[in-house]
This record gives sequence, structure tokens and C-alpha cells, in this order.
Amino acid sequence: MNPVSRFIGRYALWIYSILAFVFLLIPIVYTIVFSFNDSRRSNIVWRGFTLDNWTRVCDAQGVCESFLNSIVVGLTATLLATALGTMIAIALVRFRFRFRSGVTLLLFLPMATPEVVLGAGLAAEFLAAGVQKGALTVILAHTMFCISFVVVTVRARVAGLDPALEEAGRDLYASPAQVFMRITFPLLLPGIIAAALLSFALSFDDFIITNFNSGAFVTFPKFLYTAAARGIPAEANVIASAVFFIAIIFVVVSQLTSAARRKRLAREG
Amino acid sequence: MAFGAFSSTATAGPPPVDAAPRKRSYIALLLLLPGVLYLGLFFLAPLLSLIITSFQAPVDFGDIGQYQTAFKWENYTTVVGMYGEHIIRSFFYALLATIFALLFSYPLAYFIGVKLRRFPLVQALGLTLVIAPFFISFLLRTLAWKQILSDEGVVVSALKAVALLGPDAHITGEPVAVVFGLTYNFIPFMTLPIYTSLQSLDLRYVEAGGDLYASPARTFFSVTLPLSAPGVISGALLTFIPAAGDYVNASSSFLGGRDTQMIGNVIETNFLVLQNYPAAAALSIILMAAILIIVGVYVRRSGTDELL
Amino acid sequence: MAQGAFAESGADLELVGITKRFPGFTAIEDLHLTIPAGSFFALLGPSGCGKTTTLRLVAGLEEPTSGRILIGGKDVTATKSFQRPVNTVFQSYALFPHMTILENVAFGLKRRKIADATAKAHEALRLVELDHVASRKPQQLSGGQQQRVALARAVVNRPALLLLDEPLGALDLKLRRQMQIELKDIQSDVGLTFLHVTHDQEEAMTMADTVAVMNKGRIEQMGAPQELYELPRTAFVANFLGQSNLFTGTVRSSSGASIIVDVAGRAIEVPRERAQRHAGEVTIGVRPEKLMLHTVEPTVPSGTNVNGPGRVVDVSFSGVSTSYQVAVPGLGTMVVFAQNMVFGPVVNTGAEVWMTWTVDHGFGLADDPADGSRFPADADTQSIATERRDELAAELEEA
Repeated sequence: MNPVSRFIGRYALWIYSILAFVFLLIPIVYTIVFSFNDSRRSNIVWRGFTLDNWTRVCDAQGVCESFLNSIVVGLTATLLATALGTMIAIALVRFRFRFRSGVTLLLFLPMATPEVVLGAGLAAEFLAAGVQKGALTVILAHTMFCISFVVVTVRARVAGLDPALEEAGRDLYASPAQVFMRITFPLLLPGIIAAALLSFALSFDDFIITNFNSGAFVTFPKFLYTAAARGIPAEANVIASAVFFIAIIFVVVSQLTSAARRKRLAREG
Repeated sequence: MAFGAFSSTATAGPPPVDAAPRKRSYIALLLLLPGVLYLGLFFLAPLLSLIITSFQAPVDFGDIGQYQTAFKWENYTTVVGMYGEHIIRSFFYALLATIFALLFSYPLAYFIGVKLRRFPLVQALGLTLVIAPFFISFLLRTLAWKQILSDEGVVVSALKAVALLGPDAHITGEPVAVVFGLTYNFIPFMTLPIYTSLQSLDLRYVEAGGDLYASPARTFFSVTLPLSAPGVISGALLTFIPAAGDYVNASSSFLGGRDTQMIGNVIETNFLVLQNYPAAAALSIILMAAILIIVGVYVRRSGTDELL
Repeated sequence: MAQGAFAESGADLELVGITKRFPGFTAIEDLHLTIPAGSFFALLGPSGCGKTTTLRLVAGLEEPTSGRILIGGKDVTATKSFQRPVNTVFQSYALFPHMTILENVAFGLKRRKIADATAKAHEALRLVELDHVASRKPQQLSGGQQQRVALARAVVNRPALLLLDEPLGALDLKLRRQMQIELKDIQSDVGLTFLHVTHDQEEAMTMADTVAVMNKGRIEQMGAPQELYELPRTAFVANFLGQSNLFTGTVRSSSGASIIVDVAGRAIEVPRERAQRHAGEVTIGVRPEKLMLHTVEPTVPSGTNVNGPGRVVDVSFSGVSTSYQVAVPGLGTMVVFAQNMVFGPVVNTGAEVWMTWTVDHGFGLADDPADGSRFPADADTQSIATERRDELAAELEEA
């Protein structure tokens, strides 16, 4: 085998992966770059660099309002879904009950159902019940599809929790309530937080289900969709880029701190 | 199942312990009841609603959007007649997207899950880069591609210059753009489950393959690929199912055109614009049924315990 | 347990007619057990024999299907784990990973609202020589250190009864020996009652005042270690504690002092008071280390049994002693342990040997040899359930 093909063979995967990462990031870079575009009406052609979009982000009609709406919906749905989902996860792992398969299936189906069907179904139900579409219906919808994801995330954490720890708590004179507050909950917390973050992210980015159930209420993705026809303002790119940076920083920081913590624990041991 | 892929990357708990015998208790019912009732009310009931709606008939002399409960089976046949092409097209696009996503994602997942094992921090970085697209709104990502692939964009000009594209050809608005968009948007869904499978692949199996005279290619197909099959299947399901029902990519505001309408677009139009609720509902049920058949096959083979 | 009060000394434990059933199998069947206060008691048995279940019942982590549990004379069957004056050292230590060592040790004291919990926790850590790591987390400690912390966490509460669930299993040999001595010291210093559950017979015999051998949910034999070893009552005990040479034969004659058993043509004498059965088919035995090897046929004085000639089929050196396997026609294979008083084996493979032992060293088992199911060493309660099910199925087929 000649040196060139051996080189390619060894590093083919590296080269491919780097190219793949670049490919994945293209739309992200595009969006961020165009948030600095000195656009007038439609943000399609590059006109010039400007920071105005960033400094006067709420000038554009509807951008900030829809963003705030998404935040409110996200927080509320996350709270509800995390609470309901955590309870189910604990029940699934720690207790015996009939209809276990049925419950598992019920939790799995929303993840497997196409969003169109979920959205249309909820809309049909609200229609039949005569409920006005708006913020409330959106929150109810988001909570519904987030529960399953919360259960999956927390369940993994509960399953990894050594039952002997809770038994030790009972053995050491802690009442059932104290066992939960002082042992179970603190140890589950990382999983619950991860579930909450996942839930928020899903809710924030949801479009299809929201579109069917929001009526006149506008979330950020819905704003983007309706604006797409005539031209999305650069300020929307600003919001999206800001969210992106916050999320990336958050992930990187948490990775670094847990790595540092692991290193510190290993060194002192 | 694959959904565990999301949890395993999100949480780093201790490895699972041998389960103590579960307690039978009424606390379990208390814990389950709120969530299960909620899902019953906002998931099962809507599905039921859809089924009922799909059989409805228009109110005589009523306005658009007014329907009464009936047993109009013809709704289904009408809808299949009108939109049969869209249904087939949706599944075809979804299938293509799944295949392309698999071909793209597998080497990437292999790289992160196997080659980067020695550098956990870099591995985390790799995963972050794979998930990064999620942090920009799905709509903006798709729109970005629309503009990059538009007639005035770099890509089309370059391809025309090299004569790979005819002078009047487009990319956006054509099926290729829709499939491209679908593929791109679901790459993380495909990569993460495969990554999870490969991350826990015991490399000694690969070494054993080599020890037993198998070439690297043979080892890959006989050892690595079968062992990562669960991840591949999960990724495929996680990609195909949402892709089949997607309508953003195919929408003409984004990457689609007149002839690329998918079943999702049709449902949306019928429901929100035409207010033809029975048609929209019937289409939804058809889509749901198809998905359920696929999932049913999976569940029959692996049981319900693995689902979550 | 009154809040704020320590036990003055260890209490005794009584299990009366305890039965524990799980769906599919019975772990414990009608168990009666009394452990006197202040003693070091070992519950010994193979995995699946029910010893861990017994421990959990005493700790209050499980409820018995029927029966009563009394601690210090008080019926605690209905009380929950956190209300009982009992503490457990878990097999996996179960140290709370999100708390420091000090918080771990002080946990029980704080729940009971004991004054000066922190000071007492430090004291307990000093007892196990780990006060200097009080502010670390459990993950930062080695296995041996974690084990000592688990012990401190339990002992600091001065429970009336301390339960130990195979606590030394994960430690290497040297550390285990060290911990055995430390545990014994702490127990006698503080005067607590220890209930130690283990499958390691050497550990049980070294540490405990009293040993109970458990098998398939029942106690086969209970007594001081030496008594159990030198006078086993059943084949299970004879084979589980060390090794035994067992023979089946018919009682040829019996006198006031001893019985004579016909084993494949040879007459073996067993003291009457060391034999459980005195007529019919009996199983008798002798420990391998009690046997002496002879290369020529020995003259047998009274009070000595002789067996042979046999051929040496295996010689196995293990440092302190050498074990010889001798095939005796009609009897099978006998095992002889000989202390290595000289370099090298006393006889080589293929040699013709005779074995003698003092009559007083032999024992007779209570097992009925006709009941073959007692001999298999398989002691898993779950396999019993499977056996019974297969038997029933076979019966139904025949019917």
C-alpha cells in the first residue's frame, strides 16, 4: 500500500468528521452572520455589517413579543412536565403495579406520533370542547409532549440510584419523608435538571404542534414561519443567535466544571 | 430504546445497579395518576377526537367548518383518492432522508464514539457540535439552507458554472432540496443513538475479529455493524417517523415547491385553511396508522420494556 | 426507640416462627432463632440460603409473611426500620455520595436529634482512624476506608443490635484479616450485639461466638464454631464447614459406648454420643486433617479405626499442608490433609497407603441416607421451587 493511500486510510475518518462538523455548522454560521446584516426589509442579500440589529433588537415588529411568549410557555410547560414526569419515572422504577406495559406504551406513543397528528388531534379536541385557542392551549399541548421525554431522562437516573442508599437512610432513623428529601431528591436532582432543560428546549423550538393550537397567540417559531413568506427580519436572527450562544456556553461550562470536579475528586483520593 | 440516547448524553449517573425487588404499594398509583390522567386527556382523547372527526359529514346548509357526527367512511376513500400521491411521496422522502442520514451519521458517530474515546473532553465537544444545530431554531436552519441553495446563491452558481446544473435549473423547490432539508434536520436524531451504541461497543470484539483473520472491512460488517444495530434501528425510527409527518421543509416558503407537498402540508392546509376537518383528520389517522404498524413491528420484536 | 437515648448495652434478638415468602418462592420457612445480648453471632450459608433475607427482616427493611421479631424482649415486628434500635453495615457500604464522610456518620444522630452529633461523629471516626478524611466525599476513599466509615456510621448510634451484611466481601485478604480483628475488638469493647451474615466459613468461625449454618431457608445447626466443626449434624454442615470424608453403611452392632458400622466390608467404630443415628443405614464421617497416612499396613490399637489399602491418586501442595486423594476400592475417594512437617510430600501418586484415625474423632450424621436429596450441595431456594414444580408436572403427566 503506497504512503498516500495509507495516509488517507488512517486519517480518512478524521477528515470526513471534520468536514461533517463544518457541514453541520453551516446554517448556524449563516444565521449568526446574517444577524449582523444591514438589511432593510428582507434579510436575504448581504448589504453590510451593522450592530444595529443587536442593539435595537426589539424594534422589529413582533420579534421580542413572540420571544417572550415562547419563554413563558416554555417555563410553564417545563414546570408541569417535569413534575408529572418525575413522579411517573419514580413509580416506574421503584414500584410494582399492573398495567406496567400499558403505561410504558402510553408514554412512548407521544414520542412516536408525528407532530402533525398530535397537533391536529389536540386542535380537534379543543374545537369539540369549545376551548378558545391561545396561550393556555399551547401550554397544555407542550406539557403533553414533554412528559415522555422527562420520564425517559429521569428514569435513567432513578434506575442508576442504588436502592441500598435509601435503605441505609431508613436504617439510620430517617422517616420516609426525610429519606426522600435528604437522600433521594438530592441524588435525582441532576437528572431532573437535565430533564427540565430538555423539556424547555423542546418547547421553545416547537412549531408544528404550536401552529395548530395557538390561534392568535404567537410564539417565536410561529413568528418565524409566518414571517418567512415575506422575509424574516434580521432581529429574529439576533434572538436566535443569542439563544444559541447562551446554550453553547451553558453546555461547555457544565462539561468543563464536571470534568474539573472529576479531576479534583480523583486527585484528592 | 434510542430515547435513552438523549438521557445518557444528558445525565451521567452511576451505572445501573441490580434492582431490588419492587414494592407493591399504593404510592405508585398516586405517583402515576396525575401524569397518566394528563396524557389520557391530552393525548388519547385527541386521538379519539381525530377518529370521530374523520367520520364527520358537513352540516346541511351549514357554513364552512361546521360538521356533524356521522359515519361517513367515504372521507377516507376521498382523501386517499385526492392525496394518495402525497402520502406515497411523504414516505418516499422520509425513507430517502433516513438512508442519507444513516450514511452521513454512521461514520461520524463511529468517529466520536470509538476514535475519540481516549479524549473524553474532545468527545464531549464532538457531541456538542452534533447537537449544536438544535440550538438554532429549526425554521431558521431550514431557511438558511433555502437561501444558500437559492438561485442567486453560491452553490447554484458554482454548479451551473461547472455545468452540473442546466441554466434554467433550480435546487430549491425541487424534491432534492426537500430531501436535503429533511436529511440535515434529522442528522442529530440519527447520530446520537448510533453514538450511544458505539460508545459502549467493547473494542475487544473488534480485536477478536482481527485475531481471527478478518480484514478490517469484514470485521466491520460482521462484528461492529451487527453490534451497533440497536442504535441504527433506533436512529432510523427517530428519523423516519417525524420526517414522514414534516411539512416545514416541503413548504413553499422553505425548501419546497408546488410538486413537493407532503402529507403534513396537506393536513395543515385542510385543517387551518380549508377548515375541512374530516379530511385532515382522516389523513392524520392514515399517517398514524402507518407509523403504528412500523412501531408495532419493532415492539413485537423487542418488547415494551426497552421502549423507554 | 426513644429519641435521644442510647442503648445501655446490646439487646438480645429473638425470631419466632418467621416465614418469608416472595412471589414464586419461599425464602425462609418457620425460622426460630435466639441471639443472646452482647454476643457476636454469625449467620453462615451459601448464597440463596435466606441469610440476607433474615438480616433484612431484623433490620425492618422487609416484613415477614408470618412470625414475630423481638428485640430486647419487645415485639418490633410491626415497627418500621427507622423506629428500630438496629443499624446495618451494608454489603455495598451505601455511603451517601452527596454528603461528606462526617455528614454520613452524623446522619443517624441528627435524625434522632442527639445533642453534639458532630462531636460524636468525630469520635466514631477516630475509633476507625479516619478522622482526617472527615471532609472528603465517599468516592475519594478506598474500599477499605469506605468499609470503616460504614462501620463508624452504624456504631456511632450505639444500636442495641448491629447487623453486618457480608461487609468484608470486597476487601483483599490482608485487609480482611485486619478488619476481622478490629470488628471483634469493637464488639467486645462497646458491648454491642453483632449479627454477622456471611458465606465465608473461615470468617464466621474466626469472629463469632456462635455460628448458625443456614440452608434453604432453615437453620441446619447452631453452636460454637468448634462444636459445629468437630461435630456436624448434617451432611450439609459437614461439607459446608471445611471438608469431610463421609461414608454410608449399616450399623452392625452397638454397645453402650459406641456403634460399629459396616462400611464396604470394613468395621468402623463411632462413639455413641457423637452419632445421631444408632441403627439401620447411617452416614458417618471424619475430617481429613484427623487422618494419618501409613505406607505399611499398621497394627491397630483399640480406639483407632483403619481404612485401606488405597492408592494415592492426587497430591496437592498448598503451603501449610498437602492434601492427598486416596482411592479406596468400594469406598470411593478419601481426602487426607497432612501438615507439611517436612519438605515434599510424604507419599507420591500411585503409592499404596492405609489411613487411621482415633475413634473419638469420628461423627455420625442425622441424615437418612435413603433420602438422597439431602446430599446435593445445591442450596438455592429458588431451585427448590423449580424442582418441586417439575415434580408436580411429572406427577400430573403420569396421572
